[in-house]
Amino acid sequence: MASKQYTIKVGLASCGIAAGAQQVYEEFANQLSQQKAALDATLILTGCLGMCYCEPLVEVSLNEHERYLYGNVAPSDVELIINQHLLKGEPVKDLLVYAPDLDPAMDQYFAKQVRVALQNCGVINPEDIASYLAAGGYQGLKKALQAGPEGVIAELKASGLRGRGGAGFPTHLKWSFTRQAPGQVKYVICNADEGDPGAFMDRSILESDPHSVIEGMLIAGYAIGANKGYIYCRAEYPLAIKRLKLAIKQAESHNLLGKNILDSGFDFTLEIREGAGAFVCGEETALIMSVEGKRGMPRFRPPYPSEKGLFSAPTSINNVETLANVPRILQRGAAEYSKYGTEKSKGTKVFALAGKVKRGGLVEIPMGMTINEIVFDIGGGISTGKPFKAIQTGGPSGGCIPARFGDTPVDYESLDQIGAIMGSGGLLVMDEDTCMVDVAKYFLTFARGESCGKCSFCRIGSEKMLDILERITLGQGTAKDLSLIKNLGEAIKAGSMCGLGQTMPNPVLTTLKYFADEYAAHIEEEYCPARQCKALISYIIDPESCRGCGLCARVCPVNAISGELRHPYTIDNELCLRCGLCISTCKFDAISVESKPKSTTTSLGVAQ
Amino acid sequence: MGVTSEQLIAIEQIVNKYRDFSGAAIPILQEIQNQLGYVSPEFIEKVSELTEIPASELYGIVTFYSQFRLEPIGENHIQICHGTACHLAGANAVIEAFESSTGTKCGSTSKDGKFTLEKVACIGCCSLAPVISVNGKIYGRMTAEKVRKLVRELKGGDSRGQ
Ligand SMILES: Cc1cc2nc3c(=O)[nH]c(=O)nc-3n(C[C@H](O)[C@H](O)[C@H](O)COP(=O)(O)O)c2cc1C
Ligand code: FES
Repeated sequence: MASKQYTIKVGLASCGIAAGAQQVYEEFANQLSQQKAALDATLILTGCLGMCYCEPLVEVSLNEHERYLYGNVAPSDVELIINQHLLKGEPVKDLLVYAPDLDPAMDQYFAKQVRVALQNCGVINPEDIASYLAAGGYQGLKKALQAGPEGVIAELKASGLRGRGGAGFPTHLKWSFTRQAPGQVKYVICNADEGDPGAFMDRSILESDPHSVIEGMLIAGYAIGANKGYIYCRAEYPLAIKRLKLAIKQAESHNLLGKNILDSGFDFTLEIREGAGAFVCGEETALIMSVEGKRGMPRFRPPYPSEKGLFSAPTSINNVETLANVPRILQRGAAEYSKYGTEKSKGTKVFALAGKVKRGGLVEIPMGMTINEIVFDIGGGISTGKPFKAIQTGGPSGGCIPARFGDTPVDYESLDQIGAIMGSGGLLVMDEDTCMVDVAKYFLTFARGESCGKCSFCRIGSEKMLDILERITLGQGTAKDLSLIKNLGEAIKAGSMCGLGQTMPNPVLTTLKYFADEYAAHIEEEYCPARQCKALISYIIDPESCRGCGLCARVCPVNAISGELRHPYTIDNELCLRCGLCISTCKFDAISVESKPKSTTTSLGVAQ
Repeated sequence: MGVTSEQLIAIEQIVNKYRDFSGAAIPILQEIQNQLGYVSPEFIEKVSELTEIPASELYGIVTFYSQFRLEPIGENHIQICHGTACHLAGANAVIEAFESSTGTKCGSTSKDGKFTLEKVACIGCCSLAPVISVNGKIYGRMTAEKVRKLVRELKGGDSRGQ
């Protein structure tokens, strides 16, 4: 009876799978096979559409314009979607997160974004090269082979593409240096180490559109004169590695990798190397050491990898997102890319939006969009309903930007000016309940743990700086500590050889610059305004809300809670570990966290 | 712990596979860990003998990269995300709950061999923060209470009836 040809796509990237998308996919496959006679529908597995906040996601479409997106789909919803939408043509309203003319906020979510690097993510089947080819795949390579190496570099120059791995170095320059460097053997490396502990742009691209990175590497190899490429991917990304391996095999069987590619005389092969869990290996010279099979210790530059890189040969290292943009630039021309963005920051940038934001996930925006537009128009605002406090970009190398700079355009120069960095694309949204001293401590703890140990300022300086931060969060800091941190931060920056040490003080220095009063509150008032620092908070049971059920007292690991059944309980804050078990157990939300400035507690203490 | 004959065969096969491979040390050690679960000092000696890479260099690699384990892993491999989003959402409480209810610290295995706790950075499901993974299966929106329940279930998990 249903004469229409529907396409059903289920998002099967890591985020979707974690939320249960595999079961949803199987349920569709199962039910569709039972209904074969009545239904003309194609079921496709696809990658990440970016809307991680409502995975598992299912798209039902008739054509490109009539797309319906279902969110938070459970296997038990599948039957309903089939019966109502596919068989009767009536979308299931309760499950829809996006449909034409459904919700203006969601229209805006898509309208504000420009998908270049992510254009195929959540659209094509990442495990099928035919799907990539049908979407215009490997057309960029064909154009490149026609344009010749110099032509490719000229096109990239015109596009204004800069490295998306963090530093923003112009890609055409890196390629032309590597091309000009003397040497018969040259290499291309794709940096897929993605070390920022709150970011997953590169993983998503590799899982959802692996061929775009392969095509980007082919074009890079052709332009610089390399016949071999390595993809250095975090071992923590097993699905990305699996899909890359599959994509490489398929490309080989289509003569897109190997000898005499597309009869052009150009040879190129690819190999995957798995990282082994060291953040510093994202740094290019350390990465090269790791591919060579050694400890990943950064070395001094110059010589830059473009001169002396892998196995001492000229090497171009590019980030995943940088490479994913390349085929699109070649295919559609530089002007189509550079029409987005600002004067010095062209094109688009992918961000992993996370933290206290409603619509967390992957977004791609034209450079120059303001922070507020990203957080509110795309991200939907703060998930907790509390005031917006700050964003953090660039992870352990980056900075915190207070909400009052919400009108700042996101491009390399503007972020630099306010002491933050673009970074590789982690964008963390924080609300009032986030303690900035704690955030600074978090990033520094991470960076300290990843120091390779070569430079003493990085190795010991980070340790000392952490001691001071620890002291402050314990309420034992002194006024002198703030100037000490500043001096130490500057010294670590100046005294470290690689980017890890040179940038590790940034989260501390920017929070100190913009949230000085929060540091002061910890030091002078032994007060944590965000109520996070354990030594400065206490747990309180509200006698009005407490029903006296006694559950909290039973779960407390140190017996700090006492009382009589059916009467309000109390907490002994001397014994309390602030482990949070009682809060997550209480069914009446009766337990809250408090922190009070020293000056008020002493005066109140007398009154009470 | 010595090296069993099966382990020895596996190691020899892996080393052979990477004969003509430049920079093979890390892939060899990774594959050993994948197949045998860990890289013991005895395995390292063996690899060194077969590849002529000095054992000190192999040790250097194994201790530098956090992925490598020198000891076998527990029955339940618990990875607790301590990425940025999870930190903001309360990963510390989750870590403490695991440590207190399993009686072991992050980075080690409980005495009964039931639990190996490990802190990891971003699992990539930040929207479900705080996130953990148990033997590869991901659990989101964890709280201290959910952790206690989960550990209790896993502790009872090997009683034959289940
Ligand atoms: C400590 C440290 C970690 C880094 N981690 C990464 C990473 O995970 N991914 C990445 O692409 N670049 C990373 N970089 C930047 C690389 O060194 C290099 O600049 C980049 O891969 C170049 O590619 P691009 O020009 O395409 O951006 C890191 C740099 C430092 C100092
Ligand atoms: S920070 Fe934990 S999943 Fe991303």
